[in-house]
Amino acid sequence: MTIDQVQDSIIEEFSVFDDWMDKYNLLIEMGKSVPVIDQRYKTKDYLIEGCQSKVWLHPEFRDDKIYFSSDSDAIITRGIAGLLIRVLSGRSAEEIINADLYFIDRTGLRQNLSPTRSNGLQAMLRQMKLYAMAYKAKMGGS
Amino acid sequence: MKDISLIRADFPILSTSVYGKPLVYFDNAATTQKPLCVLETIQDVYTEYNANIHRGVHAISDRASEEYEKAREKVRSFLNAAHKEEIIFTSGTTGSINAVAFSFGERYISEGDEVVVSHLEHHSNIVPWQMLCERKKARLKVIPMNESGMLVLEEYYKLLSPRTKIVAVTQVSNALGTIQPVSEIISAAHSIGVPVLVDGAQGIQHGITDVQKLDCDFYVFSGHKIYGPAGTGVLYGKNKWLSELPPYQGGGDMVANVTFDKTTYNELPFRFEAGTTNFPGAIGLASALGYVDALGRENIAAREKELLGHAINILTGIPQLRIIGNNGSGISTISFLINGIHPYDTGMILDKLGVAVRTGAHCAQPVMDFYEIEGTVRASLCFYNTIEEINLLGTGIEQVIKMFS
Repeated sequence: MTIDQVQDSIIEEFSVFDDWMDKYNLLIEMGKSVPVIDQRYKTKDYLIEGCQSKVWLHPEFRDDKIYFSSDSDAIITRGIAGLLIRVLSGRSAEEIINADLYFIDRTGLRQNLSPTRSNGLQAMLRQMKLYAMAYKAKMGGS
Repeated sequence: MKDISLIRADFPILSTSVYGKPLVYFDNAATTQKPLCVLETIQDVYTEYNANIHRGVHAISDRASEEYEKAREKVRSFLNAAHKEEIIFTSGTTGSINAVAFSFGERYISEGDEVVVSHLEHHSNIVPWQMLCERKKARLKVIPMNESGMLVLEEYYKLLSPRTKIVAVTQVSNALGTIQPVSEIISAAHSIGVPVLVDGAQGIQHGITDVQKLDCDFYVFSGHKIYGPAGTGVLYGKNKWLSELPPYQGGGDMVANVTFDKTTYNELPFRFEAGTTNFPGAIGLASALGYVDALGRENIAAREKELLGHAINILTGIPQLRIIGNNGSGISTISFLINGIHPYDTGMILDKLGVAVRTGAHCAQPVMDFYEIEGTVRASLCFYNTIEEINLLGTGIEQVIKMFS
């Protein structure tokens, strides 16, 4: 599936529910299937700044693609990390850099997560793009 | 006391909804809502007599100056300060503490001197003193706290020394709601001639503070935490200190005479109010204090005690919940944690149920470090909250527990 196809199915999954409590339950469920970061990467180096709860994000470069794993001490945050990973993990650096993540607005997640939480989401996304840019630069330079 | 439904009608925001649910506002320690009289007072300033104070010779400037000085008198009587000149309007608690840290520091602190703060302070009563210590090569000493969220007086007494130049402590812990023994702290400091600044940000709105009885040398608070406008605050300082301190900021209105050779400063309190102050805010703050007095501060304290008792009952009835600090003898602010559930997760779900609480470290990182926790959920109540709202918090927490376990 392309990035946009994954985004569309996420939008579809959230649109089933009207009540925000149900949407949160879905997010909590999604948090359970996050590729869990290896314990040895749960360090300051992989901690994302800008989130009020702790989020760690680790990139792995394999066959010209980037695979992310993550964890958070807050379950809702873990769910959000899970969504971003579902959309962006296993993609090329180019795809990640150019991805336009419209699902954040279309699922209503941006408005309904508190500003600090939304910053956390932005911070996670920015970090993923930064990893992709760093990887691309490294490959281009060799 | 006025009937609760009438009180709530005074605060328009309390009848609004979030996510289609009635707003339950339990974040009063962060900021309080404003009664109509405050909103109307500010509107009156701008629609009837908006003009710069202490400068104009014209009618509305006179009126604005007069109302501003009346506001100062209102603050004086509210705190029972001895003189009106001892009341300085500032931008808030943070502004007030920075002013004292700077001015007092310039005059009295030098290398090797010591400043005493406590482990319970919020960042506003830590960082300005740290900055001062850095500037003057002085040392910061910290009064330790105990598991109950109280300062340990025996340890405080040991910290006092001939090098101690000032003590700055909070009246009430913002993170935990515990009331601190400031009277004892002040008498001990005074016994060796050291002045004390009391941070009243969380104390002023929950009872009667009489600065003469307390005998503190400085007392600071924010207007927005006592039903007044944001961006207003008060610095009370005993005349004997304020008249010795150099001004904090230079500008208009704080001067008597300006030439390029030498400027002489204006008298108190104007010396500490450089530039055009937030006079509509100060006038609005006086209106808020008038509202509090009309309800009666003893009545407010009694009602908040009743709400606190009910909240403690509801929360201690939830076995997975742990209250941090306040055992019922503090103000109506309760910090808590639910077993295995991150405060953010709790806060997010409560928010969707219409219940506004604060989560995180509450700008008091050292307090969280003491308990070795990342943060808490804090529900801070005040007189306009109701028993039904507290019950909603209880059922909301039950729902959170169900969702995350």
